[in-house]
Amino acid sequence: MDRTQLLLGLAFALFSLGFVGVMIRRNALVMLMFMELMLNGVILSLVTFAERSATLSGAVLVFPVFVVAAAEIAIAIPIVLLVARRRRTLDVGAWSELKG
Amino acid sequence: MSGPELLLWFFAAASIAGGLLMLVARHPMRVALALISTMISLAGIYALLGVHVIAVFQVLIYVGAVMVFMVYVIMLLDLRDPSFLERFGRHIVPAVVLAAALAAALAAAAGSGRIMTAEELAMYHGPAGTSFAVQPFSAEFLQRYWLHFELTSVLLLAAVVAAIAVVRTGRRRDG
Repeated sequence: MDRTQLLLGLAFALFSLGFVGVMIRRNALVMLMFMELMLNGVILSLVTFAERSATLSGAVLVFPVFVVAAAEIAIAIPIVLLVARRRRTLDVGAWSELKG
Repeated sequence: MSGPELLLWFFAAASIAGGLLMLVARHPMRVALALISTMISLAGIYALLGVHVIAVFQVLIYVGAVMVFMVYVIMLLDLRDPSFLERFGRHIVPAVVLAAALAAALAAAAGSGRIMTAEELAMYHGPAGTSFAVQPFSAEFLQRYWLHFELTSVLLLAAVVAAIAVVRTGRRRDG
């Protein structure tokens, strides 16, 4: 099996696993972690393609993606904490009024 | 099978196993630890591909910053929250069906393509002998992409200000 095929399959599997997790888990922090898993799958495919086509710029692009992920978590967690403190639970089922 | 190839398979299997563990683990802390093991396996894969800087970024930024923050929050939250006792929400069947459809679509898209031959690949290739070792990577990064590097610091500053603003407004409303 070709190395690129293996890594792309792994990236797809990680993305799909993260997708299942976001849809079926109830805990808001766990859902955030599954989003990180999806992002990790996407980064893996980016690195795979960059390595296969020998383009340094593709590998450099990973750095801003990491920084955006860190910024996303830095904002998402305070929001989750605030809602959790108000509702006394992390269960997203109890946050149904956020539907608007 | 050669040594590096064997290691690649090992890390791939370990990251998939970590993802599956995340799905079935009940407590958020176990989910976080499974995610950390997945990320470290991915860092191993990046190191095997020779992209050492990305492997270091993965461990430093993801495991060292993002996941430590996440673990810290899980330990800090003591809500006596029973939400993790029930692992799955109500929509588990449609969610799994939808995710299976997504995985099938991805696999079909991957299968309909074909692996480029060496001559075709050479047309799209970067300059011959491109190396992802630390020195050429860093030179390219800080010489050609220094502006983007600096812009990420602006983004991080904006994120810090936004996080403080979010916490402030919440505190004010709670009185």
